[in-house]
Parts: sequence; C-alpha cells; structure tokens
Amino acid sequence: MEALTSLIGGFGVLADPMNIVYMFVGISLGVLIGVLPGLGGANGVAILLPLTFSMSPVSAIIMLSSIYWGALFGGAITSILFNIPGEPWSVATTFDGHPMAQKGKAGEALTGAFTGSFIGAFFAVLLITFLAPVIAKFALQFGPAEFFAVYLLTFCSFVGMGKEPPAKVIAAMMLGFALAAVGIDTVTGQLRMTFGSVELLRGFDFLVAVIGLFGVGEILLTMEEGLAFKGKSASINPRVVLHTWAQIPKYWAGLLRSAIVGCWMGVTPGGATPASFMSYGLAKKFSKNGRNFGKGELEGVIMPETAAHAAGTSALLPMLTLGIPGSPTAAVLLGGLLIWGLQPGPLLFVEQKDFVWGLIASIYLGNIAGLIVVLTTVPIFAAILRIPFSVIAPIILVICAVGAYTVHNAGLDIAVMLIFGVIGYLFKKLQYPLAPLVLALVLGDMAESSFRQAMLVSQGHLSIFWSNPLVGSIVTLALVMLVWPLVSKVMARLNGGKEAAAAE
Amino acid sequence: MSTESGHSAPTAHNEKTVTNRTMDAAVALIFMALAALVMSDSWRVGARWASDGPQAGYFPFYVGLIMFIASTVTLVTALVSRHPDLGNFVDRSQLVSVMQVLIPTTVYVGLIFLVGIYLASAVFIVFFMWWLGKYPVAKIIPVAVGVPLALFVMFEIWFLVPLPKGPLETALGY
Amino acid sequence: MHSAIAKIVRRGAAALAVTTALAPAVMPSWAHAAWEPTKTVEFIVPAGTGGGADQMARMIQGIVQKNNLMSQPLVVINKSGGAGAEGFLDVKGSNRNPHKIIISLSNLFTTPLATGVPFSWKDMTPVSMLALDEFVLWVNAKAPYDDVKGFLAALKAASGDQTFKMGGTGSKQEDQIITAAIEQKTGAKFIYVPYKGGGDVAAQLVGGHVTASVNNPIEAVSQWRAGELKPLCVFDYQRLPYKEPIANGKSWADIPTCKESGLDIEYLMLRGILMPPNASKDQVDYFVELFKKVRATPEWQEFMQKGAFNTTALSGPEYSAWLTKAEATHKDLMEKAGFVAK
Repeated sequence: MEALTSLIGGFGVLADPMNIVYMFVGISLGVLIGVLPGLGGANGVAILLPLTFSMSPVSAIIMLSSIYWGALFGGAITSILFNIPGEPWSVATTFDGHPMAQKGKAGEALTGAFTGSFIGAFFAVLLITFLAPVIAKFALQFGPAEFFAVYLLTFCSFVGMGKEPPAKVIAAMMLGFALAAVGIDTVTGQLRMTFGSVELLRGFDFLVAVIGLFGVGEILLTMEEGLAFKGKSASINPRVVLHTWAQIPKYWAGLLRSAIVGCWMGVTPGGATPASFMSYGLAKKFSKNGRNFGKGELEGVIMPETAAHAAGTSALLPMLTLGIPGSPTAAVLLGGLLIWGLQPGPLLFVEQKDFVWGLIASIYLGNIAGLIVVLTTVPIFAAILRIPFSVIAPIILVICAVGAYTVHNAGLDIAVMLIFGVIGYLFKKLQYPLAPLVLALVLGDMAESSFRQAMLVSQGHLSIFWSNPLVGSIVTLALVMLVWPLVSKVMARLNGGKEAAAAE
Repeated sequence: MSTESGHSAPTAHNEKTVTNRTMDAAVALIFMALAALVMSDSWRVGARWASDGPQAGYFPFYVGLIMFIASTVTLVTALVSRHPDLGNFVDRSQLVSVMQVLIPTTVYVGLIFLVGIYLASAVFIVFFMWWLGKYPVAKIIPVAVGVPLALFVMFEIWFLVPLPKGPLETALGY
Repeated sequence: MHSAIAKIVRRGAAALAVTTALAPAVMPSWAHAAWEPTKTVEFIVPAGTGGGADQMARMIQGIVQKNNLMSQPLVVINKSGGAGAEGFLDVKGSNRNPHKIIISLSNLFTTPLATGVPFSWKDMTPVSMLALDEFVLWVNAKAPYDDVKGFLAALKAASGDQTFKMGGTGSKQEDQIITAAIEQKTGAKFIYVPYKGGGDVAAQLVGGHVTASVNNPIEAVSQWRAGELKPLCVFDYQRLPYKEPIANGKSWADIPTCKESGLDIEYLMLRGILMPPNASKDQVDYFVELFKKVRATPEWQEFMQKGAFNTTALSGPEYSAWLTKAEATHKDLMEKAGFVAK
C-alpha cells in the first residue's frame, strides 16, 4: 500500500517535538475560537496566518489546521451550555444539546458531541488517506445544477411538519429566505432590499441572527420562567464520559450515515453547515427515537456533530488536490499555502510529499489530541452551569455582543442581534419555529445563486435538473424526502390494513 | 404551553396583559407589512422570469407573496376561530422579569456605541449582579473587571481583532 | 524563540511597552519620517477572507511583522458587504484618521457604477500602487483550439445550445467587464456565469461546466501545471517577464498578449493602497515609505513571481493620474456594456 508507507513517512515528519507543541497550541486556541461566537474557524485561521510566516510550511499548516480542529470541536460547547452556537455548523447541535443541558445532562451531551466529532473526522481522514485521487474527480462533476440539487436535498431532508401550525412554519421559513436576500445579489450585482441604507449592504448574517434568536432569546425565556438555569443540578462525574461512550455503539448506522453525508458535503463542497442540518434531518426521519428529537435526545447531538466534523475535515481534500476550498476555513488555508510558497493543486501530492503527508498524519494525531483536550474540559464546562444566573447571564450577553460584532466588525450588528433576540422570544411564545427560519437564512442565498447560475447555463430551461444521472438522482431523492412523511404514513396505513386483513 | 398556563393557572386579575390571540394577530400583521415591503422592492428590481432564468427579484417576490398568504391565514385563524386562544400571552410579573433584562441590555448596546465595549460591559455586569443578584461589591468587582480585561487581552492583544472602543481606550493609547 | 506563543507574548509586551512610554519612545527612532502611527493601524480589505486582496493584505501583514517594519501592530479587517462598498465607505467616512488604510481592487471603480453607492477614489487619499494583477484567457486543456484565433473562430461558429459560457468572479466586476469587452470587439455572444471566487471558477472550467475563464494567474496556475487548463493569451500590453517554465516547458513569458493574437483588449487590476480623506503629507509619506520597504523584501518578490503579477508600482501624482485614467476606462467599458445602475 503506497498510501500507508506515505502515511508512515508523514508520522515521521511529526516526530519533531516542536510540531507536537504547535499542535497542542493550535488546538487550544482553536477551542477558544470555537467557543467565542462570531470568531469562527475561518476568522481564527486568517487572524493567526501572518504569525506562521516565519515557520516552516509543515509546522505552519499543522498549527493552523489544529486551530481548525479545535474550532470544530469547540463550536459545540456554547451550543449545548447556553444555546448559543459558537459556529454555524453547531446550530443543529443546539436543537437537542441545549435541552439535554437543561435536563442536567450537559456532560453527556458534550461527550456525545465531541466523540461524534472525532468519529466523523476519523472517517474523513481515512477517506483522504486512501481515496483522495478518486474522490477529487467526483468533486469536479459538480456544476451549478448539482449544487442546487444538494441544497434542495438539505432542505427536503430537514423540513418536516412539526407540531407548529403549518402557516407559521411557512411564514418563518419565508422570513429566513427574505432576510437572506438582503444585500447585493451575486448573480446580477443589483442591490436588493437595502433601501439606500449603507448598513443593510452587508445583509443579515446568519451568525448574528442565530446569536440573537437562540442566545439572547433563551436568556429572555429563562428570565420569564424565573431566574434559574434548569441545568443547575448537572452531575459532574468523570465517569460520564465512559457512560456516554457505552451508549454510542448502538448508533453505528446513524454514525455511518452522518459520516458519509459529511464527507460528501465536504468534498463537493457544500460545507459543514448544510451537512450538519442534513444529518440532523435524516436522523430525525429515520431514527426510532425521531419523535423525541428536539427534547434532548443524545442521538440528535451526535449526528450533526459527526457530519459537521466529517465535512470540515474532508473539505481539505478538494483544497489539496484541486485548489478549490471546501469551506471558508479551507479557503484561508489555501491562501496560507500560497504565502508559504506552496502551490495547491493536483501536483501538491507529488511535489510536496512531506507537507501533504505531514498534514494528513497531523489530522490523525490532531483529532486524537483534540478529543483528549476537550474531554478533559467536560467537567469544567459542565460546572459553568452551576454559576448563578445573575452572574452568568450578563457574561453571556457580553459574549453575544462581542460575537455579533466580530462577525463583520460592525457595531450595528450588535443592535441587530438584540432585535433578533426579541424576535426569538416572541416566536417561541407564539409557536413560530426557529429552525426553518435559520435553515432558510443559511441556505437561501447559496441555493438561490446556484439555481440562477444553473438557469444561466441552461438559458432558463428547468430540464437541466434532470440533464444527467448525478443531478437527476439527487433532485429526485430530494423530492422523495419531501414527501417522505406522507409516504411513510400511507405505508403504515397499508401495512396496518394488511395486518388487519391477515388477522381476519 | 402558553395556552396551558392561560387555562390552568388561576392568574389574578392584575396579571392579565394581552391575549395570545391579540399577539398572534399583531405579529401576523407585522409579517404582512414586511411581506408587502419585500414584494414591492423585488418588483422594483425585476421579478419576472427572463429568457435566461429568473431576475434578481423573482425569488424574493414569491417569498414575500407566500409569507403574505401564510400570515393572512394566521391572522384570519386568530380572528375568526371559534375557539380563540384567549389565554394570557405573558403574566405581568413575567413581563417585568423579561423587561428587567431587556431594558438594561438595550441600554448596554447603546453604551457600546458611546464608550466602547469594554467599559460598557463592566458597567453592565456591575448593574446586573448588583441589581438582580444583590451580590456584595467584593464579589462584583472581580467579575466586572476580569471579564472585560480577559476580552481585551484575547481580542486586542492575542488575536489582533479590534473591538469597539471609546474615549477611555483612546486616552490609554488604543 | 520561534514559537507562536512566544510571539503572542512578545506582541503583548510590545503593546504594553508602547502604552507606558508612548510618544517619547517612538518619535526619534525614525529620522526621515515626521509622522508615526501611535496606535494599531487597521488594514481594511473590501473583500471576503481567502480572496486575492485578502491574501495580499495578510501577506503584507506577515512581512511587516516578520521584518519589524512598523512600531505598531497592523490588523487586517474584512469589510466585504455590498461588493466592497462597506469597506470603501468606512474609509471615506473616517476623515483625518491616519490609522486606517485600505487595499483596493477593481471594485473601487466597478462597485459605485454597478450599484450606485456613492464613493470614488477622490473621496480618499491615494497612497501607492503595489502591483497590477494580470488576467489570462483560460480554456480546458481538452479544447480543440490552441490559440486565440481558433478560440474566436469556434466562438463565432457557436450557436444555440453550443453557446460559449464564460465563468467569472462576481457580477458586473472585472471578469464580466473583460467578457463584455470581448463581446464588443468580436460581436460574439457569451453566457456569463458568475461564481463566488476565482478558485471555484477554475474548478468549474476543469469540470467542463463553463467553456472559458479570465482567471488571474495565481487562481489557475496549478491546474495549468497539472495539464487540465491551458492559457490562450494575457490581457496586458506586454508579455509577462517570468521565464521560468511552468507546464510542458512553457513559461508565463510564452503566453502571447491578446493584442498580438488579434484580440485588442488590455485589462489590469489595481492592487493599491488608499487612506482616509484629508491625510497629511507626512502621514501619506510614512505609508509610501512602508510599502517601499515591503516591496523590497524577498518574500514579496517571491509572491510576485508565484502570482505572475505586473510589478508596476506608483505613488504620488503618477498614482493619481493612473487612477483618473482607470476610472474613465471603467466608466466607458461599463457604460458600453450596460452595467451602470440607473
């Protein structure tokens, strides 16, 4: 096995103890960046990029990619504890992670999230090690029509009617789409819904909205219920890790599905955020406990995290082999390669063996190191919930404000966040669901532009969405997903009928 | 959940604020106004299906239209329903609790624009801990100074990400 | 002491030292420049993280840091809203603030015309031009033509479903302007498909989803080396000077200019620095000097070569003259193409 010998060579590169130090520094900084909402993986890596200028390329990429792993791990922490997604891809983690924390199961949720992340990353790095050239070719098949199909699939797998009134679900989702459209239109360069305001030029950032809707909204709801975090009694027992691990093997099928979804979305490159939503939606549809999702189901924490981390990791594959960034963070790393004097692209694997295999080896080690780092922090983070509300609430609000500001370095975003906080509170009270709004906000822009790019290519013919087997099958699959609840209901009725008939 | 509290909890007369039905209708109206705004602006940039696919306003226009229709349904349901949800939207005491956070936070956001985020955060934490938590000064000061200081070190010095600053920081040379 | 932690600590120490011994410590160390930044300088990038302008800004930040070219930190801030309008408006509104600079790309000219957001280079103080970015006409390596002539013949012959698709970055920006210029010169018609970034465009061209692109050299060089794309011509007035072979024994210098191949179009993209309005002469001079030093470093020169930049650098009146001319050219091209907002 050529890949295996190269990998061993890669571990040889890591034998330099300095590189191991960089790895731990990177992971710790990354966790911190992941915890701070607003300061995402991409920002974090970009900010620290100039620091690596005087390092060797191998050490530099090890440190920066470790920041990325750290951020991927760290995003889950605030999602679970305070309902504030530290990173876009950990929004889906809040859906079950925070209810778990409220039930006093913060430790379990954190362990589940971290372990899921690790499994996803491990799966993805195996893919990079052994199948890189094959997979890279697959990514090239994706044109605008295929991208739209992927976004459509994300939507359709996530959307399902909950207990909320359908008119409200639709209104909330449309609000998300409308907000996503504010700002400059990427396809025609026209300004939409900015009404001559400079501040609206930048549009509504998904993260700012989410920090408000979930983070600030949660605090208002907590206030209403009387000053208390319900998770106060969180049991802090180091054994919670082992206890949670014992539950994980039974989710193997879901884990495999999430890892595959994640790798697919990372490679094509759809990104970690759609991957996490799609994985959550699929798990909800196909799990036996699907009905309990949203109320604090461990599975609902593990699945999106697995997919997000698998996507984040496999996003490096198209970056290394094709020079296309699979995620915003990968885009910054790509810039880093150029700064260090390397050329990303098909020849990197041939010309810079040390660099590439050193990086791949560091993904293995980095994720193991990351898992150890974050697992040791589980009791510390779970203990934060014991801090009285009147101390922690202002600190959370301060961190929310900082987070909203750092997304775009814009002061007005802090006010926007506060408004979203009030909206989040009102919506929750009036039974408007937040998840469709958030999903529409994050995907609306990308879905619309890829749809219109596809229309430009086909000159307005919708037939492009069935023009080849790849796009045709994804679109068809998406439509099947959309009507799945109906199908399963009909099937159940038919089965029920048959059983009844057999009984007679 | 809200209906439950409306029916089961024998709320005192003075706890009544507005009914869920009123709030539902009000929010639906806001949605409809917003939808109208979205539609009108989208029409301005062009909302037709041109020869090379949809124009810039095509999707937003229909998004607005669907939002309008969905909210009309919500509004009509709220107004003509035979079993209107007359439960209390929020108890007066609850509203007071929410306002206790919302108003100081609004002031805090305003302060950020005036004196920068570090000083505003310190003031906000002091106020919150002192007014709502009734903590002694000895406990308040370390938190109120420590949090902004930690943020300062992290953002301005480690990560080199400038946060909003005011006259105090300028005087100190930042 | 090469570790990053040490650097962070050192940076902290430096910042502290500056606050305690502010003015007197700094002033005398530079004899030739009368003005010195007294606090962190913000380096605005009117584009997103990971793009060409962002890369260059962070490269400069790294060079400044590594070679200790500034006594105060330089921090890169992305303000990409409204095709960069947000960043330019921020600088325009920071009257007399010498602690802010902005790196410009062609959106300095295209964004106000395409969106109607009011700003121009005249609302700011020009500092210096760092380099010009080249544009190259790329096609898939499997394409049946090897030169511009063959490409144009195929373009003219194309009709109906076979229409040529040009992939580019953004809408009504440099890539689409060049596309429109080709259309005006040849009378042919492209379908222009806008994407988010140059890397995406190159990959779409490799995957055969578009027929051609006008990627910057740095965005497509790796695909050229891998034998997946081929360059047809460069939109400069002269051939590139870089003679080092890149792919199949061909170098950047072997690519003919579009003009000599019968497609008379020139387009270069500004990579230059501006600062807020009403900056004093001393303040401008400080930054002119700083960028002179940056350009002299071996790191910068290697970067220029890797990205096959046109290394023309101007400052003072020459820079202003260049900006005036470029603004007029953009206005003309965009008016002809119908890209100007009504």
